[in-house]
Amino acid sequence: MKKLISLSVNGKEYELAAASNKTLTQALRDDLGLLGTKEGCGVGDCGACTVIMDGKPVNSCLILAVQAVGSEITTIEGIAGTGGLHPIQKAFVDLGAIQCGFCTPGMILSAKGLLDSKPEPTEREIREALSGNLCRCTGYQKIVEAVQEAAKTMKKEQRRDYHEGV
Amino acid sequence: MSHAKYNVINTHVHNIDGVAKVTGRATYTFDVKLPGMLYGKILRSPHAHAKIKNIDTSAAMALPGVKIVVTGKDTLGVKQGIWRRYEELCDEQVLPLEKVRYIGEPVAAVAAITEEIAEAALDLIEVDYEVLPAVYEPLEAIKKEAPTIHEGVERNVNVTRHIEWGDVDEAFEEADYIREDWFKCSGQAHMCMETRAAVSSFTPDGKLTCWASTQSAYYTQGLLAGVLGLREGDVRVLAPYVGGGFGGKFELDAAMFTSAVMSMKLFKPVKVCFTREEDFIASKRRTPMFYYVRTGIKKDGTFCARESRMFSNGGAYTGMGATALYLSGFFHSFPYKWRGYRYDGYRVYTNTLPSTSMRGFGAPQAMFCSEQQIDWICADLGLDPFEVRRKNGHTEGYEVPGQAFIQSCGLEQCINEIEKWVKSKGKLPANRGIGISSCGFMSGGIFNWFDSPYSFSSAVVTINVDGTVELHVGCQDIGQGSNTTMAIIAAETLGVKVEDIRVHSGDTAHCPADLGAWGSRQTLMAGNAVKMACEDAKKQLLEFAYAEMGINIVYDLDIKDRWAHIVARPERGLPYVDLVKKALRAKDGQRIMGRGYYTPHRKGMISPAYSYMMQAVDAEIDPETGKIKIHEVMTAHDCGQPINQLGLIGQLEGAASMALGYAYLEDMPMEDGKLMNPNLVDYKVIKAPEMPEAGIIEIDTFEPEGPYGAKEAGEGLTNPTAAALGNAIYNAMGIQMKELPITPERVLKALREKKEQEAQK
Repeated sequence: MKKLISLSVNGKEYELAAASNKTLTQALRDDLGLLGTKEGCGVGDCGACTVIMDGKPVNSCLILAVQAVGSEITTIEGIAGTGGLHPIQKAFVDLGAIQCGFCTPGMILSAKGLLDSKPEPTEREIREALSGNLCRCTGYQKIVEAVQEAAKTMKKEQRRDYHEGV
Repeated sequence: MSHAKYNVINTHVHNIDGVAKVTGRATYTFDVKLPGMLYGKILRSPHAHAKIKNIDTSAAMALPGVKIVVTGKDTLGVKQGIWRRYEELCDEQVLPLEKVRYIGEPVAAVAAITEEIAEAALDLIEVDYEVLPAVYEPLEAIKKEAPTIHEGVERNVNVTRHIEWGDVDEAFEEADYIREDWFKCSGQAHMCMETRAAVSSFTPDGKLTCWASTQSAYYTQGLLAGVLGLREGDVRVLAPYVGGGFGGKFELDAAMFTSAVMSMKLFKPVKVCFTREEDFIASKRRTPMFYYVRTGIKKDGTFCARESRMFSNGGAYTGMGATALYLSGFFHSFPYKWRGYRYDGYRVYTNTLPSTSMRGFGAPQAMFCSEQQIDWICADLGLDPFEVRRKNGHTEGYEVPGQAFIQSCGLEQCINEIEKWVKSKGKLPANRGIGISSCGFMSGGIFNWFDSPYSFSSAVVTINVDGTVELHVGCQDIGQGSNTTMAIIAAETLGVKVEDIRVHSGDTAHCPADLGAWGSRQTLMAGNAVKMACEDAKKQLLEFAYAEMGINIVYDLDIKDRWAHIVARPERGLPYVDLVKKALRAKDGQRIMGRGYYTPHRKGMISPAYSYMMQAVDAEIDPETGKIKIHEVMTAHDCGQPINQLGLIGQLEGAASMALGYAYLEDMPMEDGKLMNPNLVDYKVIKAPEMPEAGIIEIDTFEPEGPYGAKEAGEGLTNPTAAALGNAIYNAMGIQMKELPITPERVLKALREKKEQEAQK
C-alpha cells in the first residue's frame, strides 16, 4: 500500500507516493532524482547516504520516507548557496579531499552537521564526527584538513556577515 | 638531477572532477537510469562445490513483474578470462553450466520491473544440486586425494611460475648464515565504496551499450564481446565516474555479464548492482599466500642468495591471479641485488571466491615476508638494518638478470632520509617501536596476456578555435585522479592552462583504446601518449608560427602560458589563441589534431620503470590486550618527477590507510568456504579516528622512460606497510609476526610463547 506523503527537501516541498518500507535514500534518489545521495551498504554502516535531517546528519538508508514527513531534509544538492560552492565543498576541492568521490556527499554533510553545531571543533572532534563515514581512497587526512579549513572560512564569513549587518 | 622549471607540473592543481563530485553531480554507474529500465538480481550458490543437476525457473517466471530468468543454458557458455591469450587460463563461465565452485557463485539471474520483485523471484528458482566434496586451502587442495575442482587440472594446480637467475646453490654456499621462515598472508577485500554495478542496453540494430563500474572500459568491451558473440566494435562501454577499483574491477563481473545477457534477450535496458554482501562474497579479493623463504647472507651483510616457494589460494578461477603469481615472485626479490635468486610459485584452485590483483599486486605479501626476515637476520647477526639495505639495494643502471633494467633509482636517498627520521625520534617509551621496510614497484606491465592488438596507451588531442582543448584518452579515472594528471601533462606540453583542457575518458566509442587502470601504468604509459599527442599538435601550430612570424628557421619556438614565442627571446611572439585561429584558417578550417601512443619496447620482462621507497611505521602495543596503536607512518618515496602534487599526496595517504588495514585489521575468515564477515561492521577497515598521520619525503629522480621523468606512484605505496608494522612490533616487543593480519590475538599468542621460551631458558 502506497501512501501520498510530502517531504521537505532543500527548502522545497515534494509530494510522492511511498510504500511504507521505502527508505529515505530511495525516495530521494528514485522519486526526487537527487542522485548525489549515494548508497554503499544499505544498512547504516558506511555513511555514503548521509543527509541532514532537522540539523543532524543521519543515514538516510535507515530512515523510512514516511518517518521523514514533517522534517527538514538537506542533501548535497542543497548546500551550495547562490554564491557558488559551500565553504566545505570548496575546501574539499581546494585541498584534494576527494578521490573516487562516492563517499564525498555523505562526508560533506557529516562535516556540515558538525560545523553547524560546533563551529570550532578540535581535530579529534572532526575525526569522531566522520567516524561513521567510510572512505576507501583518501586515508581521511585531506578530508580532516578540509573540514578544518572550512571551519575557518565559515567563521570569517560569519564575522563579516555580523559586521555588515547581514 | 635538476629539471627544467615547469608551469603546471607538480604545482597545486586540484582534481578537475572535484566540483562534480562535491556537488553530487558526478554520475556513477550506480546512478544510471534509462527509460524502460529493468532491474536484475543474481541467484548465488549456497554450496562451495556442487554439480548443477537441474534449474527450474518456471515459478520465478510466473511471478508478476518478472520479465526474464536466465541460467547458463541461455548463454553461449563461453569460458572466459582476462588472460585471453591462453585458452587454459580462460576457465570461468560467469553463469556456469555444469557446476559451482564457490559459495556465492552466480547460478541464475532475473530481470523484473523492480528490484524487490527480482529479489522475490530468486526465492522461486529451484536448483537441484549434487553437493561435492570441497577443499578450501591451497596446501590441502594440492594433495593427491583432494577433490578435483577443474576437470583435467592435476592436483588443482592452476598456474606455476618459476623465476631464477644466477647460480643459486653456489651462492648459498658462499653464505655465512642461512635463515628459513614460513609466512601466511591473508586475503583482503577491495571494498570499493561503489559496489560492482552495470547497466546494459541492447538495441535491435545489434549493438550493446554497457555502463560499467570498471577500471578498463577497453577490457570490459573486449571481454563482453567475447562472451556474447558480438564484434568488439558493436559493444560500447561507458565508465562515467567509478567509485573505486583497487585492482578488483577490470575483469568481467557478473553485473556486466548478466545485465548484458538479459538485455540482449529483451531489447530493454537492465541494471544489476551488487549489494555490499554480494560484493564481499562474490567479487574477488587480494590473493592469500603461503610463503617459504630461505635467505643466505655473508657476515658483513652482503646478500648471497634467496630461494622461495609460494602457494597461493587461487580460489575457484584464474582471473588476474596469474599475474599476481608472477609479480609476487618478482617483487619478492626487490629492491635488492641477489647473486642467486629462485622463486617457485604455485597458484592452487580452491572452493573459495577467486583471488586476484589488488593494489600492490602480490607485492605487499612478498614484502611482508622478505622485509621482516631481513630485519630478523640483521638481529641474528648484529647488523644494522639500514646499512644492510643500503649495501644490497638496487642502484641506477642495475639489471635484474633477465628481468628488468633499472634506469632511475632513488632507493639509497630513501633509506638515508628514513634513517634520519627514525634517529630524530630518539629513544621511544616501552612497548613502542619503529619498523622499517623498503620496496619498489612497477610503472605498468609489459606483458600482453589480453592479446590487445592496440598500443598499450593512446591519446587524441583536438584544439578548438578559442584555444580550448579536447583531450581523448582511454586511461580510466577510478578516483586516483588520472584525468587530472593527463590534463596537467597536456597543459604543460601544449603551453596552456589546466582549465583549457577538457578530458574525455571512459567511453570506448569516443576514446582510443587503452589497457586501463592497473599495475600503476597510466601516469607513465598514458602520460607518454598524451605528451606525444600534444607535441604533435603543438608542432603543427608552431609551423604556422614560423610562417606568421617570418623568422629564421634556426630559432626555436615554444608555447608557454598561452604565449607562442621564440625561446631565446620570449618577448617576441603572439598569443596562442591568435595562433590557433590563424592555423585554422590556413588549414582550410581543419582542426589541429594530435595523436599519441605508447607501447613499451626493450624494457625487460616486467615494466619500463620502477618506483622505490622506504617506509617507517611507529606503533605501540598494549602488552595486556595485544592491541596496536599506530602513531605515525613516514615514507620516503621516489616516483621520479611528481606530476600531480595533490593527487600524489592523496595516493600516499590512501595507500597507507589501505595497507595498514591489511596489516592489522582486515581479514576474510571463512568456515567451510563461507565468508564469516561479509559486512562493514565485521569487516574492519580504518576509520577517521584511528588513521594516523602519514607523511611523505619526496626523493627527486628523473626517469628517462616516463613523461617529464615521471614513474609509478600510488600502488607501490601499499607494499611496505605490513612489513614495517611487523618490524615495529618486533623492535618493541621482540616477537616475530609471521601471519597477517597482525591481530591482538596473534600478538598475545606470540607474547605468551616468548614468555614460555624465556622461562625454559
